[in-house]
Amino acid sequence: MTSATGAPAAATRRRMNPTLRRVFRNKSIMFGSVIIVGLVIVALIGPWITPMDPLQQDIWERYEAPRGLWVDGEFNTRYILGADELGRDLLSRLIIGARVSLMVGLIATGISLVFGVILGAISGYVGGIVDDVIMRVMDVLLALPGILLAIAIVAALGPNIVNAMVAIAIVRIPTMARVVRSDVLAVKTEEFVEAAKALGQSHLIVLFKHILINAWAPALVLATLGMGTAIVAEAALSFLGLGTQPPQVSWGRMLSVGREAIRSAPHVTLYPGIAITIVVLGFSLLGDGLRDVFDRRLKDT
Amino acid sequence: MLKYIVRRMLSLVVILLGVSIIVFMLVHLAPGDPVRIMLGEEAREEDVERLNRLYGFDRPLPVQYVIWLGNALRGDLGTGIRSQLPVTLLIFERMPATIELALWSLVLAVGVGIPLGVLSAVRRNSWIDFGSMFAALVGVAAPNFWVGLILLSQVALHVSWLPIGSRGPSFVDAIVAMVTQFDFMVLWDHFRYVLLPALALGTSIMALITRLTRSSLLEVLNRDYVRTARAKGLRGITVVYGHALKNALLPVVTVVGVQFGALLGGAIVIEVVFAWPGVGRLIVSAISQRDFPVVQGSVLMLAVVFAIANLLVDLSYSLINPRIRYD
Repeated sequence: MTSATGAPAAATRRRMNPTLRRVFRNKSIMFGSVIIVGLVIVALIGPWITPMDPLQQDIWERYEAPRGLWVDGEFNTRYILGADELGRDLLSRLIIGARVSLMVGLIATGISLVFGVILGAISGYVGGIVDDVIMRVMDVLLALPGILLAIAIVAALGPNIVNAMVAIAIVRIPTMARVVRSDVLAVKTEEFVEAAKALGQSHLIVLFKHILINAWAPALVLATLGMGTAIVAEAALSFLGLGTQPPQVSWGRMLSVGREAIRSAPHVTLYPGIAITIVVLGFSLLGDGLRDVFDRRLKDT
Repeated sequence: MLKYIVRRMLSLVVILLGVSIIVFMLVHLAPGDPVRIMLGEEAREEDVERLNRLYGFDRPLPVQYVIWLGNALRGDLGTGIRSQLPVTLLIFERMPATIELALWSLVLAVGVGIPLGVLSAVRRNSWIDFGSMFAALVGVAAPNFWVGLILLSQVALHVSWLPIGSRGPSFVDAIVAMVTQFDFMVLWDHFRYVLLPALALGTSIMALITRLTRSSLLEVLNRDYVRTARAKGLRGITVVYGHALKNALLPVVTVVGVQFGALLGGAIVIEVVFAWPGVGRLIVSAISQRDFPVVQGSVLMLAVVFAIANLLVDLSYSLINPRIRYD
């Protein structure tokens, strides 16, 4: 990615197809990608770059204020962003927490993408009563505010990170299914689909090879935007005590613990929130950019 | 129009029936015996059986559902396990607080978002424009409950007249006090308490409205009729506010309608942050106490409020946009 923005871009320009060129020229996509690549790197190498042990407690350093990178003219690696209620290093915990956020986002969005595409494709392709039933079920799921549905599902299944991911995924399925359905409907009547059918190809092949391959862009855009939504939802659930459970570290949990000390140690709630905001911003910039490039129809979603 | 309303109401009933099935199934989705979960591991066998019979859990599921739904339709959502009070009562005590919070955050979002968006569009590429667009970008991304935490720690703790959490007198009480006793302090108290929670809840929708107002107004300002108005020699202010803004606000109204439901959902977390005594806090504490009747009832009632709000929004479109025809 970086190679294409730098010097070699000029050399490849002649061969690069116009869509790809629009991707690389889109500022929104570029800014968003930089943030997300940063997040992925931190999540991958997290355990090796934490300045301190994220689980090590030190009762004398409870709610230690941020010390910054320079202390008495020397480079500092201890409590750069301060400590939490058990004297654990905030920056190290933020770094470790990136994993949970990214994982929840990826898995929840992945589940909603798979089920959304399957349900939407069946609904649009088969039509008739199958379509009616699937879409009515989706309407029912959309009849509850998203976070309320997620809270209700987690309340039933039990509060832990896996159930939180399932709940977040279920909340996102209806929107995905609706978008995929409308795309399948639009492509279904195209001549090349009729031609494939006339050639005697099976429904599955027609659906996957001819229809879905021409209808993936809006689903991709929605999935990208959904990553941000999923990460915020995890944070909200964990904040309410319904997501990640200790000793797992997540940004939402850090906020929930920080709330107890909002008077004496506001820094404990400050940094996890900034981290969430930056990551969500990254996904929404990327999603908006992809939408502009691939799909102008979705503009108001 | 009447036909449209009737059809919308019918589909509303069907959807709410679906929601009621989900809400009913919540208890039965839970792994294990709900009564055993409520009573805890060390419950005696006879107690479990007695409670099972009391709640009708020993009957087949469809029968249980029909009985539960029948009761719910008559306003009986069962009894809270912890408080031993009717769930309907618990919800009706708290629902006004939640709706009040959601409405104020909407008012704030519109009241700040639209002027800011207009200002950005009119002074395009000025520092006001860049500033508010940057704020809007961050505002959409920042989780609103975190904004709430920051408002508490950075604003409420430093401003003496701003309380840290809980709710003051209700708006209705404040108006009554104002009208009957000319007491304006009650209204002031009301605003003091609602300001920060409403601001936190409204952040993302405020940001959305700002962005949308700006882009929509910029688009309209390029239209022919605006050019004509300018060519006639009308002043810039008259053109923007008299001609362009009215048409530019249509998409904004649509978004406001769609987002109102999200406000009801977001209110749940905001209520926890600000100790606001609404339905959201009721649900969260009921979940931690495994008080399933309260959870079920609250979720169902929020869905009803959500559905009614959406219906009102849809119907109001026809008043705002004469081009929409329902048939």
